[in-house]
Amino acid sequence: MSRWLPRIYLTLVYILIYVPIVVLVVFSFNESRTGYSWGGLGLRWYESLFDNRAMVGAMWNSLWLALSAATVSTVIGALTALALHRYRFRGKKLLNGMLFVVMMSPEIVLAISLLALFLLVGLQLGYVSLLLAHVTFCLPFVVITVMARLSGFDESLPEAARDLGASDFTMTRTVLIPVIMPALLAGWLLGFTLSLDDVVVSTFVSGPGYEILPLRIYSMVRVGLKPEVNALGTLLLVFSLVMLMLSQWILIRSKR
Amino acid sequence: MHSVMQQPFKTAVLILVWGWLLFLVFVPNLLVVGASVMTRDPATFLSLPLNLDAYRQLFDPLYLEVFLHSLYMAAMTTLVCLLIGYPFAWALSKVGKQRQLVLIFLLIVPFWTNSLVRTYALKLILATNGLLNSALMSIGLIDEPLQLLYTEGAVIIGLVYLLLPFMILPLYSVFEDLRQELLLASHDLGAGRLSTFIHVIVPLTLPGVLAGVMLVLLPAMGLFFVPDILGGSRNLLVGNVIKNQFLDARNWPFGAAASIVLTVTMAFLMFAHRLSKRRLGEEGGS
Amino acid sequence: MKQTLLSLSNLSKQFSGKTVLDGLDLEILDGEFITLLGPSGCGKTTLLRLMAGFEHPDKGSITLAGQDLTHTTPENRPLNTVFQHYALFPHMSVFDNVAYGLKMEKRPKGEIRQRVEDVLAMVQLQDFAQRKPHQLSGGQQQRVAIARAVVKRPRLLLLDEPLSALDFKLRRTMQVELKRLQRELGITFVFVTHDQEEALSMSDRVVVLKDGLVQQLGTPREVYERPANLFTARFVGETNFFPGTVDSVHDGSITVDVFGLKRTLRRPDFPVREGQKLHVLLRPEDIRVLDPADEHGVAGKIVERNYKGSTLDSVIHLTDGTEVLASEFFDEDDPAFDYRLGEPVKVSWVDGWEWLLPEEVAPEQSEEEFPADA
Repeated sequence: MSRWLPRIYLTLVYILIYVPIVVLVVFSFNESRTGYSWGGLGLRWYESLFDNRAMVGAMWNSLWLALSAATVSTVIGALTALALHRYRFRGKKLLNGMLFVVMMSPEIVLAISLLALFLLVGLQLGYVSLLLAHVTFCLPFVVITVMARLSGFDESLPEAARDLGASDFTMTRTVLIPVIMPALLAGWLLGFTLSLDDVVVSTFVSGPGYEILPLRIYSMVRVGLKPEVNALGTLLLVFSLVMLMLSQWILIRSKR
Repeated sequence: MHSVMQQPFKTAVLILVWGWLLFLVFVPNLLVVGASVMTRDPATFLSLPLNLDAYRQLFDPLYLEVFLHSLYMAAMTTLVCLLIGYPFAWALSKVGKQRQLVLIFLLIVPFWTNSLVRTYALKLILATNGLLNSALMSIGLIDEPLQLLYTEGAVIIGLVYLLLPFMILPLYSVFEDLRQELLLASHDLGAGRLSTFIHVIVPLTLPGVLAGVMLVLLPAMGLFFVPDILGGSRNLLVGNVIKNQFLDARNWPFGAAASIVLTVTMAFLMFAHRLSKRRLGEEGGS
Repeated sequence: MKQTLLSLSNLSKQFSGKTVLDGLDLEILDGEFITLLGPSGCGKTTLLRLMAGFEHPDKGSITLAGQDLTHTTPENRPLNTVFQHYALFPHMSVFDNVAYGLKMEKRPKGEIRQRVEDVLAMVQLQDFAQRKPHQLSGGQQQRVAIARAVVKRPRLLLLDEPLSALDFKLRRTMQVELKRLQRELGITFVFVTHDQEEALSMSDRVVVLKDGLVQQLGTPREVYERPANLFTARFVGETNFFPGTVDSVHDGSITVDVFGLKRTLRRPDFPVREGQKLHVLLRPEDIRVLDPADEHGVAGKIVERNYKGSTLDSVIHLTDGTEVLASEFFDEDDPAFDYRLGEPVKVSWVDGWEWLLPEEVAPEQSEEEFPADA
């Protein structure tokens, strides 16, 4: 019994976690006009999704935002992690602490503070405000991911490279970057997903000129059921699964 | 040569990251603190004089009730997550290494999926003519559909569903670190299963519990879209209040004061977490 | 004479089809310091875990002073364990760690305080009671682990390689300390180690284990000077194995042909017949290195010499290629005593210092299986 009880429990929780997702996917292929009853298999909600120009536009906006936010936060985050790992400087603990606070802060606290800032400096709410906000909340996650990789890394490797005649720059390029590459990738993907998923911060700092997907979904699901959301959700699920698999594959390959 | 090449790089990186944090974290938060002590102004959002009216308003019976109800739902969410997550993480740490990786992967797959969409999927199940009611009626357990959606329970279910991995992962990590030898030592010294659980397992997994509580309780007060989708107008979170004050009611001082309540809660939880880790000698200490 | 305290009979244990213990019998006497010695994987740790109750045997029984413990849970056994990595509770102070077992017995507060203070004084840690384990050095943590186990006044203390995490010097100090504690407390110690030197210097009796079977049980002197088989001979200390053939068998003695030398040796306990092959075992300190002109001995030459302070250790290659280790004490009359590399010598030994073993069916045991002897 003591062997089986934990297994049964784990299985049960996994079933609960996956039931809603399976329901969503199944219902996305529902031909019925209403959300609940089953009206046969079909792709009608996928068609209506792609016929919706505003929806497709929001999709592209979101992808572009996530792409740029992930890239910017990976660059800044990786540099910060390297600095925290390699250099001694004053306020290092404070910097660490601040990143931790940003990570733990409820999104809504970050959201209203950024809104206050953008209104104060008179920044037009739109792509730029969204990008600044998204990079800010992605940053600590990238730093943590890269730091974790660096802390598990043999300190003598850079020294060995220097000893063998590599300059600091060459060493960074030939030793450090390849070592942290998987972490950079993981951090980038994390940033990409966080950005694509964010509702709370975006609600505050987006403007009418730049509609993004999560906010569009939000306005759709607040009232009643919108079967297009099933189709959209399924597409997003497949998309993130492919990304996740890809990253795992690259990680596993890099370990060989 | 070495330092000449390093210094400009180091300086540039530090200026970049400090600048970013200063202008996009520190200054904005100061603005919020400032806003919370100013006076509401429909035209310019804020105006002088400085006062503590916003904080007083927090104790207005109408809002106090909303806050307490939000706190109750967040606490219930955290408790449910803990009750599900603690044995889950324990069981997970006992599974073979290879299978553990797969199970962790399965746990975070939903986390990589849009949370709005997942909340919406719950709506499909909980709605009056949704799947759960249909299923219960078809097996004859109930005659009329239950009101599941737009209840306190629905909000808690939604929050648990979104936040469960954040409870499980830190717990899993402390159970992974829990040395089997310590449990054997406890039994060896005469403690039974229950005593060992109370005196050894609980204190040693406490940092994970507190990390999980922190990661669940705070979002459970802020994720305003969950009540919007599942809870109706009566089951609001602190997040909903803040959002309404900033985007609809235009009462910035009050919204800012409410967000400071969240920040203070966070500070308190972070302090407790640090304390629990220090007790185990994992951080600081001499 | 001492009485049996713990008796293990016909203990067998398998882990996923692999036999770790194979019908092992062992009697542990009251008040003795007994060491389980063997290479890793010999079953010594499993044996200890069976005694502690962390594992249960597939077959066989464990009896402590007449009471059957085979299926008793660890918390109900009147014996305690000192773990290899101490297993101190990191969230408790030294005092609380030591008091833990007494609290579990629901002893009155005053008694707990008194007993904890006494035992902390015994391990010289009375000033560290309020420290946390991570604030202590390795040696101090070790003492806490011992104090925590002995404060319960167990009949038997199980020590699982308790010194392996300490550095060489501290290890020596703790060896002496442990012996002192054992004498003062009068508790039976069952000590597990893979370090043969540690085993010989500390124990009243040594159990040499291999593949889940007892190879030899005896005093350190017996194990060292009269190994029961080739495994024990190889594992405990360094040994030269000379191949011998029985030439003739007499009443109390036999004549053996070793490297063409005919030596008359004491007749061994095992049956011998003419023409039988056997091993002549000689410890390096039994070897005598003679002048090449000497008429006794086997010819060879010095290939290595190591100055060891009180001894001069040398390696000699005999003419047929056999390698011989010799360890000679410096002679006070001849402080300049030394060898040149390549110097021709003859090798012999003092009559009666040899030990004879019969040739085993599969005597060749690869040396790599054993950790390098310290």
